[in-house]
Amino acid sequence: MSGLSSRAWFVSGTAALGLVVLVLLALGAGRYPISASEVAAILWSHVDGTSRGGTADAVVWQIRFPRIGVALLVGAALASAGAAYQHLFRNPLVAPDTLGVSSGSALGAVLGIFLGAGFVAIEVAAFAGGLLAVGAVMAIASRLRAHEPLVTLILTGIVVASLLGAAISLVKYLADPYNQLPAITFWLLGSFAAASGGEVRSLLPAVALALIVLLTLAWRINLLALPEDEARALGVDTKRLRAIVIAAATLATAASVAVSGIIGWIGLVVPHMARLCVGPEFSRLLPATAIFGAAFMLAIDTLARSIAPIEVPPGVLTAVVGTPVFIFLLARSRRAF
Amino acid sequence: MTRLVACAGMVAALAAHAVSSFAATRITDATGRAFDLPARIERVYAAGPPANVLLLAVAPEKLVGWTRAPHADEIPFLPPSVAGLPELGRLTGRGNTANVEVVVRAKPDIIIDVGSTSATFASLATRVQEQTGIPYLLFDGSLAETPRLLREVGRAVGASEAAEALARDADMQLADVAKRIATVPEAKRPRVYFARGPNGLTTAPRGSMQAETLALAGGANAIEPPPGFSGSLVNISLEDVLLAKPEIIVASDPALAASLKTAPAWRDVPAVRANRIYVVPDLPFGWFDAPPALNRLLGVQWLARVFYPQLFPEPLGPVIKAFHRTYYHREPTDAQVRALLDVAGIAR
Repeated sequence: MSGLSSRAWFVSGTAALGLVVLVLLALGAGRYPISASEVAAILWSHVDGTSRGGTADAVVWQIRFPRIGVALLVGAALASAGAAYQHLFRNPLVAPDTLGVSSGSALGAVLGIFLGAGFVAIEVAAFAGGLLAVGAVMAIASRLRAHEPLVTLILTGIVVASLLGAAISLVKYLADPYNQLPAITFWLLGSFAAASGGEVRSLLPAVALALIVLLTLAWRINLLALPEDEARALGVDTKRLRAIVIAAATLATAASVAVSGIIGWIGLVVPHMARLCVGPEFSRLLPATAIFGAAFMLAIDTLARSIAPIEVPPGVLTAVVGTPVFIFLLARSRRAF
Repeated sequence: MTRLVACAGMVAALAAHAVSSFAATRITDATGRAFDLPARIERVYAAGPPANVLLLAVAPEKLVGWTRAPHADEIPFLPPSVAGLPELGRLTGRGNTANVEVVVRAKPDIIIDVGSTSATFASLATRVQEQTGIPYLLFDGSLAETPRLLREVGRAVGASEAAEALARDADMQLADVAKRIATVPEAKRPRVYFARGPNGLTTAPRGSMQAETLALAGGANAIEPPPGFSGSLVNISLEDVLLAKPEIIVASDPALAASLKTAPAWRDVPAVRANRIYVVPDLPFGWFDAPPALNRLLGVQWLARVFYPQLFPEPLGPVIKAFHRTYYHREPTDAQVRALLDVAGIAR
């Protein structure tokens, strides 16, 4: 046991160290040429308060820093939510958007664009849409008592998400093809390009709260992996616990999708990578997943903004990288998770 | 007996149809398909917004409807007889909202479409034509080619005279602007960034169809297209905007312009620092890119004045008035012109 634990510490520590290196690399990477020493000088000037502004300073401090922050938070949030859901549903194929949060957020944002709302209003609409969608799924599923609750929840999530998908298609169909339709399409592809300090400030409390709740409940969440009656026999109020986990995961995911659009794969693949390294025990799995997710997302976004003269949608890159990784993981891990 | 009358009526109708199609005009559209059109064309269906604007200019009395009914704020700029036409949906471009039966019911003699003439759209046109039996003509819609387009469409819908007058006017406008800005060397042209999308990071780089207005008005598009670019819109990062150092920003809508003025990260863009962010007027049709039709001619006049006030000392107000009168057939009131100038950020 202690061997496994020290291994978990080693993995998490290495990953955290890798994360720091990645952040430094990301600060130096970008379309605006700034040398590493200049980046260091700018960072230091903000530490000791001698910052003199200028374009290079704005690029590092106003563009790259918030963007890196948002990528880290979104990666950690989506991966952690995915890990929690995979435990909760005892299913390796579920992802943060299984209960319709992404579709709800997407509909909120798409409606915002359709109605000509400003940027912040679109983010608020997306956040609210995600919460409402999951709320609706929970409400419907709790009234369907005839079946196994987890299966009912997943199926309800799938059908509600597809209904929301139809609503999104309808809005796209009605949208002005010259201005609104491209905006909607680009939003749905996901991007960190517009990240600013405001996004970091609104995302941070939501993601932090969700992660703290999940971490606090970690050992009880472990018990959710047991069959329902066994968990109950051990004194866990499964229904209540499930509701709390879903609420926390939804909060983190909805906040993420609201600022970055839909970015798939992170929530599905990263928990598997982490599980392979530290095992399925949730109090170890969650920190590792959060760090892995943050690092993976940051690496993807740094690629997305530096490999081509135009922005590559990170959702496209996560799929390109995620698919082979997932297949590799499937081939490697024979044991049930 | 009634059947006999009906039969006779049908024969008469067929005969009338035969007579009218007797004096056929032979026309080839941009896809190379040839049509024998009846000499008298009374009813025309515009397949998309660009064709709609074009036909409003050339033959408003022949339009059978709108691809999208005008909104409340657009109606005061349009002739009442045309503004009240029904919405019939679009048959073209990105997604088709028109029901073919609705098209047939509107009984157009001809369908006119302006836009891409690629094989995809040519085959869509052929398909609709086979389904409905109505000639579907497709024309190329670049802004520089507006005079030619006006003449071609005018001939197709049997309004050659009106179209010729408009074509001459468009020709004269484009030639006049081109002649004046030809005196400005490449290096002295203002660097302009066209901002659109919710965060302003979607743009139309140099050479794209959406940036044609900017090019014809003599602005230097601050964003170069990526290698091999053949599309229209791209997403870039704010670092690219800072690197491009645009002196002027043209924003697609007022909300975007307002947010660019206050966003801390945009503060170092020269155009923002100099407070040179212009909003594209969009009544009744956009001045810059949407829809991509002759409405953009007004955008060329506007931006030419924004870029080169000394070369274009004539005030824009009378230009707006004349343009609306000529192409939209309704002269705007002084208050309407004032409102457009206010959006355009130009004094007179």
